[in-house]
Amino acid sequence: MKSWRRTLEAFCLPFGAILFGLILFGIFCAAVGQNPLAVYGSIWKAGFGNWRTFQNTLIRAAPLMLTSLCTALPARLGLVIIGNEGALIIGGLAAVSIGLVLAGSAPPLIVQVGMAIMGMIAGGLWIASAGALRHYRGVNETISSLLLNYIAIALLNHLVGGPMRDPNSLNKPSTYPLPEADMLSNIPGTRVHWGLLLGVIACVIAYFLIQRTTFGFAARTAGGNIRAARIAGLSVGKLTVIVCFLGGACAGLAGMVEVAAVQGAANESLNVGYGYGGILVAFAARHNPLAAIVMSLLVGGILASGGVLQRSFGLPDATVLVFEGLIFLVVLYSDSLYGKFPFFKEKPVMSPPPPAPSAPTPTATT
Amino acid sequence: MSEKLLLGLSRRQVIRGLLATTAFGVTVKFGTGCTSEGSEQAAADSGTGGGDGQPITIGFIYVGSKDDYGYNQAHAQGAQGMVDKFSGQVNLVEQASVPETTEVQEAMRSMIDTDGAIALFPTSFGYFDPHIIKVAEEYPEVQFFHAGGLYNEGLPDNIGSYFGYIDEAQYIAGIVAAMTSRSGKLGFVGAKPIPQVLRNINSYTLGARSVKPEVTTQVIFTGNWAEPIKEAEATNSMVDQGIDVVTCHVDSPKVVMETAEKRGIYCTGYHADQSALAPKGYLTGAEWDWTNIYSKIAEDILAGKTLVDGGIEHILRGGLKEGFCKLSAYGSAVSADTQKAADDVLAQFMDGSMVIYKGELKDNQGNVVIASGQEMKQLDPKLEEMNYLVEGVSGSIGS
Amino acid sequence: MAAEATQAIGWWGVLLAIAAGTMRGGTPFLFVSLGECLTEKSGKINLGLEGTLLTGAMTAYGVSYLTGSPWLGVIAAGIAGALLGVIHGWLSQQPRVNDVAVGIAMIIFGSGIAFFFGKPFIQPKAPQLPTIDLGNWSDIPALQAALQITPLFLLGLAIAPVMNWFFRSTRWGLFVRAVGDSPEAARAMGVSIFKVRMLSIIAGSFLAGIGGASLSLYYPGLWTERISSGQGLMAVALVIFARWNPIQCLWASLLFGGAQALGPALQSVGIKEGYYLFNAAPYILTLFIMIFTCSSKKMISGAPGALGTSS
Repeated sequence: MKSWRRTLEAFCLPFGAILFGLILFGIFCAAVGQNPLAVYGSIWKAGFGNWRTFQNTLIRAAPLMLTSLCTALPARLGLVIIGNEGALIIGGLAAVSIGLVLAGSAPPLIVQVGMAIMGMIAGGLWIASAGALRHYRGVNETISSLLLNYIAIALLNHLVGGPMRDPNSLNKPSTYPLPEADMLSNIPGTRVHWGLLLGVIACVIAYFLIQRTTFGFAARTAGGNIRAARIAGLSVGKLTVIVCFLGGACAGLAGMVEVAAVQGAANESLNVGYGYGGILVAFAARHNPLAAIVMSLLVGGILASGGVLQRSFGLPDATVLVFEGLIFLVVLYSDSLYGKFPFFKEKPVMSPPPPAPSAPTPTATT
Repeated sequence: MSEKLLLGLSRRQVIRGLLATTAFGVTVKFGTGCTSEGSEQAAADSGTGGGDGQPITIGFIYVGSKDDYGYNQAHAQGAQGMVDKFSGQVNLVEQASVPETTEVQEAMRSMIDTDGAIALFPTSFGYFDPHIIKVAEEYPEVQFFHAGGLYNEGLPDNIGSYFGYIDEAQYIAGIVAAMTSRSGKLGFVGAKPIPQVLRNINSYTLGARSVKPEVTTQVIFTGNWAEPIKEAEATNSMVDQGIDVVTCHVDSPKVVMETAEKRGIYCTGYHADQSALAPKGYLTGAEWDWTNIYSKIAEDILAGKTLVDGGIEHILRGGLKEGFCKLSAYGSAVSADTQKAADDVLAQFMDGSMVIYKGELKDNQGNVVIASGQEMKQLDPKLEEMNYLVEGVSGSIGS
Repeated sequence: MAAEATQAIGWWGVLLAIAAGTMRGGTPFLFVSLGECLTEKSGKINLGLEGTLLTGAMTAYGVSYLTGSPWLGVIAAGIAGALLGVIHGWLSQQPRVNDVAVGIAMIIFGSGIAFFFGKPFIQPKAPQLPTIDLGNWSDIPALQAALQITPLFLLGLAIAPVMNWFFRSTRWGLFVRAVGDSPEAARAMGVSIFKVRMLSIIAGSFLAGIGGASLSLYYPGLWTERISSGQGLMAVALVIFARWNPIQCLWASLLFGGAQALGPALQSVGIKEGYYLFNAAPYILTLFIMIFTCSSKKMISGAPGALGTSS
């Protein structure tokens, strides 16, 4: 379908952008008195250096893969959803609720599946409501999903601090803990929990759903042109709600994983920014679920290096924010460069390229 | 302790000598652990270790920025103070702004694997369960010291818990506040209704009511550890309700102190000395003295003691007497009478005769929480599970 | 310590706290929302104002501390905000680059910059902006304190009608509206869409930076990394609440500012439960207002036509 040049472009641009971001960050480091090369070396070692440290990256990447889908899937319909954080929290709350009900009376596998399903339903409904409001009431989905984040956080604090609080959680208000047996374990031989696998599977399924099924084709059509989709007889409203539900379900699943594999209970540690990270991963991956896997790993690696920047270089904790911000800004910018380099054109032209064509929308593996 | 002194003697000899003279009795147990097989093994395992003059590495992890002018900064300064005391013997690795997720587990692992830390101090309460427990199981040769958690049997025995009864200082601050207040209404800005906060509120109130039984404390919870605007609003609305002394238990007391000063009322500090922020209204304050605590523990570690062999106690607690906390110097608004009353109680704390929680004690719903004749000494773990506000506090522990 | 005088204030205290809170807490909202309003009128969203606000707060406090002049701090905050605005304005107008995503990246970048360079300023006390005491006629200290108004609030109060007039009656205002409503028409008028949006975003970010200055130099009057309770992000919702009308931005900011004071004030008179939910009241309110005033048939009146599209 596409020439190798276009595929190469899709790989070169983001990676070139990351390289450029690294150069910018190196300049920043040099400006504050650190040797950029030493910093690069440490970042590499901390994020990807060996299997031990790479597991750190994998652990951080797992929730990002799932939450990124919450933005990436609705984006195919042309919707910009940023309610990932809220859906994750609601998913976590729902999962722990059902987990506590089922615990003891059902085998662990059933409890886990129950938690996953409840988390997905709750997170899905949370975002589907933003989609429904968009379609039936014309409410801007970006803003409504942002507001839903705040409402979810308030709900979490309220429930964990009051009605659902385990009195034994003392100085860190939490819900009652899940029994050890019902928790998700680690992938054997690693310290990475099964959430990583769920993330990869969800991304792969999402990819096939969007690229290879009629449902995905309908969604993409509606995203490209709503009027055309209506003429073609598609129910745009239903599509919107379903796609938003699927996106929210993925973020809800991330919440379930956080509860069932890491915390063992719901508490304020559900709200640590995985959602916002996921939004950026989705955009940086151009809403391609497979690219989101790679992007999550990269971002995970960046975040994993935050510790080493503090411990080995005495840089303040905020350094990793500057680093992350720079990388994302540059990667987002790289999106505008598609089609600008003559080398990546279908038929290479030697003369200066015409002004940027504005039409192509991201498709297939871009 | 100077470097030169160490050259002639083996370091361990010096430390033993120091231990023998130290006034700190809680953690020190002679005859156990100093040269035990286990501790030597631990030191050798981690590749750094004690006896051969190689510095050991100790890691500190903070939940927020270590320059927050509050909880985390108090710990970070304590860590720095400890390292300064043992310069050349202890290396410090620190990581700040580590959330209570897998991230703290990873931070602990990399401090151990990469930096060779043999002891870790994750300083946030929320690090304990499940994060520290999990990593402690993985690294039995490393010692984990956690601020505030409740260690109990069955947990990995390389975990220790330390915390200070800063509510003793709050009790005295309450006395000073009550005797200085004209309206008899005190204010307390709290972050969340959790045991550590409730205990401070209650001790503050009990102190106040011990000298003026009609005094009341209004408590306002902001809901989070750092909410500058809500903290300012809470202080302002308290002033509007006639309260004329405020204190707080939030991450950074700066807002409350400055707002109180602006409104022309008194305040008592928390975490650290805030007298510079409110030169007119600052009465006194409850301060941590982490340098002291960390130095004691570091000393034990350098002496080769471990939690596993019992050389270091699993639960390390103390108040004013043990030097875990202290009072700020009295401000200019504190009268001589008040100072005397406060100093008298301080003396009782210092000789160990003071008990804050004794019956009959009622909560603010009218229920008896400690029956008459009963006493709860500071070390009582029941007090660390506090879930009530005492009579005289106006507020509620629901969220 | 005129405790006696305030003894009887009781429930009036709640009203007073809200009234005072509207001005104290509303000032940063006012600047950020006016900034966002200008930005959105030109057809782009700037979610990154949260980062701008933090950078502004840090810069204002730092400059005030270093130079001893809070007003210099305010100006520096505006300039720092404008610089971040340049990045957002340029980046968000590149082809295929989404302004929402750039905004979120700018939150991370802006807060990173603010936290990184703000470390030395957390502890020192910087000179604060002077206040205008309107309450001297009263002998109730609570009222006096409530009526201590920052000049920044008055500045914001003045900017709102001026911006309204700018949109309605000036040539440049027409350009901004045209670019925001129908870029095609603007292009036909010979207006450079890029330049108009760039200037709108820079000016909006300048205002947001000043909003940050009001946090660190007036109320609560200090620099910490947690100084913003999300005012920058909320501004986006607030502007919708205000239907892209600067005058209504003023009312909405006062409302949101007052809502922040509601939770603590209610606790001080004995309503103790549910403060998390009280604190979320502004968000719930905004959501409901959006639900009831939007319709699938037409855009909300006042909404810039190009908002949220890629043009």
